[in-house]
Amino acid sequence: MTIVEKILANRSNRTQVKPGDNIWVDVDILMTHDVCGPGTMGIFKGNFGENAKVWDKEKIVLIPDHYIFTKDKYAMRNIEYVTKFAKEQEIKHFYEPFTSDYKGVCHVALAEEGHNKPGDVLFGTDSHTCTSGAFGQFASGIGNTDAGFIMGTGKLWVRVPESIKFQFEGKFPSYIMGKDVVLQTIGDIGFDGATYRCMEYGGQAISGLNMEERMTICNMAIEAGGKCGIIAADEVTKKYLEERGVTEYEVHNSDTDAVYHSVHTYDASKVVPVVAKPYSPGNVEPAENLSHIEVTRSYIGSCTGGKTTDFIAAAKILKGEKVKIETFIVPATRNVERNFETITIGGETLREIFENAGCKIGPPSCAACLGGPEDTFGRTHADEVVISTTNRNFHGRMGSMDSKVYLASPFTAAASALTGRITDPRKYISKIEVEIDG
Amino acid sequence: MDKIRGKAYVVGDNIDTDQIIPAIHLVYRTDLEEEAKNYGKYAMSGMDPKTIEVPFIQGDRYESDYTIMISGKNFGCGSSREHAPLSLDKAGIKAVVAESYARIFYRNSVDGGFLIPYETKDRLVDEIKTGDEIEISGNILKNITTNKEYILGELGDIEGIITAGGIFNYAVQNGFITK
Repeated sequence: MTIVEKILANRSNRTQVKPGDNIWVDVDILMTHDVCGPGTMGIFKGNFGENAKVWDKEKIVLIPDHYIFTKDKYAMRNIEYVTKFAKEQEIKHFYEPFTSDYKGVCHVALAEEGHNKPGDVLFGTDSHTCTSGAFGQFASGIGNTDAGFIMGTGKLWVRVPESIKFQFEGKFPSYIMGKDVVLQTIGDIGFDGATYRCMEYGGQAISGLNMEERMTICNMAIEAGGKCGIIAADEVTKKYLEERGVTEYEVHNSDTDAVYHSVHTYDASKVVPVVAKPYSPGNVEPAENLSHIEVTRSYIGSCTGGKTTDFIAAAKILKGEKVKIETFIVPATRNVERNFETITIGGETLREIFENAGCKIGPPSCAACLGGPEDTFGRTHADEVVISTTNRNFHGRMGSMDSKVYLASPFTAAASALTGRITDPRKYISKIEVEIDG
Repeated sequence: MDKIRGKAYVVGDNIDTDQIIPAIHLVYRTDLEEEAKNYGKYAMSGMDPKTIEVPFIQGDRYESDYTIMISGKNFGCGSSREHAPLSLDKAGIKAVVAESYARIFYRNSVDGGFLIPYETKDRLVDEIKTGDEIEISGNILKNITTNKEYILGELGDIEGIITAGGIFNYAVQNGFITK
């Protein structure tokens, strides 16, 4: 069996499952946030009763993150609603906005706060829940009705997915990031190439990536239609979890005779920086072919491209330079934001590098990745052409229907910020290869 | 399964959830009718205006003139927002007929009891025009306007959930949970 088949067999008390089986699984964690939380809680109460209690108050993780820094009255009302619910239900893991408990983007906070565990089944009311697959667990996005069902029962039906294997042999060059890796694979199989399937990543080059880079890869499985992305837990996973006090979990690896829908093998050293052009994440082309495209904005943030590793990459390129176009920096979480003050390159903190380069820095949240209310930081309002480290480039995704979004790695987004055109980061190879201090 | 009859609204491939309901509108409560009707008003409002021949929703109305949506491949891709099938439901859509679906949209449509996601092997976006009168009965789709018939895919395992009206009713009927 594959990793995902083993996890689903385990959580449905079976010895064996195969792709296509419809099974009921026990859920380890249900994650929800401010946009889908109210609907989920309303459905839970509507079906189980106004005074019903959730199935397990320690297994629901509530992380408001989408519409936080806005004056929108409905958005504020939704935060009040989920806060009231969390207090009534004594939800143990509630990261309340406007208090010291606030974290930021849910998928990154789940990892940082130790909620991700190899072998677990995690559902979340957000399509990028697949990010947590980086920890060797089954993690998938669902709607409010399914989430309301889990809230009352701790169970959900799933169809066991087939897996597609992406094997990266050798080592990635210094200028390649997880974002390039996942965009390349989406481009290869197509925007709907993994519909109903699991995207399993492995090989020596993947083992060489840190947890944040692995999260970037699994994060975008949904952009190929994937039910989940997954990377087997290893020593890198173990160390990350130990630092967060997580020591008990089950590690699964795919069997050597596991059956895959298809296997794609890559020479990691040959991967090049790529960009997904409007209006599909599968519309992928090497960055070097797009140097004629003028961009008017660079945006570095979100669950996909707003982690500490992403900002170290951007800072390496931006250090000692001035941006030519408006450049927005949005840390995913408070923890990432704190690292802006403590991580230095050549004696300058990340924050100093961004400020000296002329970037605008916003508070941690999903911000303009999905447009959001009119007053959202970094939202487009006209015909902006954005090079962005986010995950979707659909029509109007970052706000305005007239703006265009090109998806790229933080290296490419930062390099393009300096030139005003889509720029292959290999232009700045000597800067990329500088190490952080300490 | 009851017959569904009404006018068709035809869209292309890869209709994503930001086109079905843009994120700016996700602030309305889905469980309060007075707010939830806004999801009907803004349904399909994220489509590129340049590609639209006839608006899905006329003016300031909360419901559409159309009952059945016809699409190509990968309908409902993108976000997990259940507001997407809910918006179509509020606007009056009873069924979508597409060549394929993104899985979360498909699940949400069925488990939430919003609409029936039929699959077709035919390229119906080239066969049916917006405004054509359509009838779906069993797995037969009839275009009354052109007098042509097409065979739809079987609903399979999910038919029970659709007939029950969603996952909660299905679970109650099968003794899985008690209300």
